[in-house]
Amino acid sequence: MSVAVRVIPCLDVADGRVVKGVNFLNLADAGDPVELARRYFEQGADEITFLDVTATVEGRATTYDMVRRTAEQVFVPLTVGGGVRSTEDVDRLLASGADKIGVNSAAIARPALIGEIADRFGAQVCVLSLDVKRSPKTPSGFVVTTHGGRTETELDALAWAKQAIELGAGELLVNSIDADGTKAGFDLELTRAMRELSTVPVIASGGAGKLGDFAPAIAAGADAVLAASVFHYGELTVGEVKDELREAGLEVRP
Amino acid sequence: MSDARTDASPTAAPSVVVLDYGSGNIHSAAKALEAAGARVTVTADRGAVIDADGLLVPGVGAFQAVIAGLRSVRGDELIERRLAGGRPVLGICVGMQVMFERGVERGTESDGLGQWPGEVTELGAAVLPHMGWNTVDVPEGSVLFRGLERERFYFVHSYAAQHWSLEALAPFPAPKVTWAEHGTRFIAAVENGPLSATQFHPEKSGRAGIRLLTNWVDSLRS
Repeated sequence: MSVAVRVIPCLDVADGRVVKGVNFLNLADAGDPVELARRYFEQGADEITFLDVTATVEGRATTYDMVRRTAEQVFVPLTVGGGVRSTEDVDRLLASGADKIGVNSAAIARPALIGEIADRFGAQVCVLSLDVKRSPKTPSGFVVTTHGGRTETELDALAWAKQAIELGAGELLVNSIDADGTKAGFDLELTRAMRELSTVPVIASGGAGKLGDFAPAIAAGADAVLAASVFHYGELTVGEVKDELREAGLEVRP
Repeated sequence: MSDARTDASPTAAPSVVVLDYGSGNIHSAAKALEAAGARVTVTADRGAVIDADGLLVPGVGAFQAVIAGLRSVRGDELIERRLAGGRPVLGICVGMQVMFERGVERGTESDGLGQWPGEVTELGAAVLPHMGWNTVDVPEGSVLFRGLERERFYFVHSYAAQHWSLEALAPFPAPKVTWAEHGTRFIAAVENGPLSATQFHPEKSGRAGIRLLTNWVDSLRS
């Protein structure tokens, strides 16, 4: 297998602006997601993911504009997740320049959405995003949550991932709520469990804090690693992470 | 995106039409071609498609849906007509796959445009789609990959042509076939007279992709 490991920076945005403060130098507008995406592209990002937390309908218009402006300047794949409820939402995002669409709570509420997206646009467009927490209540010990981990569903995370792949999801974005924000490394047990069941690519997310955290996630079976704050606050660059992965003997795109 | 000038001077940027038939993300393809030095119009207008220096045929989604979309704007006839006149066409992703005779997806067989013999079938890999940046095995004398032989390109697909059977027909130069591997070896790109195609997405392949498109756009000047 010679497909390279992917390093994916994620940007949390609302109403067309980056949500958290940033620590980048030399940016004309530190809160502009388009500028940040371009910075990541220049650092060698293999893909860019926007997680849109815009709450209002009016705010969604700025999302489409943000995606369009990014796609004009950033020639790597763009994934947009957050608030996607219908194939019409997907259609508008793709027409704006997105390549892949992340679905999360709307797919939990109505799993058929996954198949509708896959049938109309192809499975490669549909990324199932899961916010996963450890829980004794499910058979696998991992439960799916919503609302940023505050609400536990009844869904076993592994069973849900398997079902979503059967319905047509083309990739899994597995975010560990337990690891998220700890900067103590990815949840390797969760990554391993997802790799074992998944026939589609797996992106590990949540917990990245230092350079040494990334290679173990790949060793545990992830095809790609996603991080937000370490890139966002300038603690690590995408290039540094790729150098570290290369040192670990993994194939990365220069 | 569109530019109404009809500058006939030889130094003018070549004109490229991105064929608009309702397939996925064509915005990026148009912008990447502009970055590669082309004057770009997104349209399915018959006159514009025939007159352009180059025609780009994008394609994402299912083989059958792409074929149906192409036929709905008579894209099959327009492609045929351009190629008969030796006018360059570049297919991308499923826009490449439909150039073959047949596609077999989830057990459903669909007719392609039949520009090349052979069929498009599922890759034999444990993890599909093949999603990410992969290396390519470029033949001697490739124009598209000039200076890019060691670069990686962005692929996202589960199906591909895995055999090439078209021989050189004198006096025409032999087709140049670039290969890649994911589980099995498959065709990553073909350069065959006026018809070229890539299974990967040059418009999503960073600087290497823009340079590949630049190589193609530059070839339209002659």
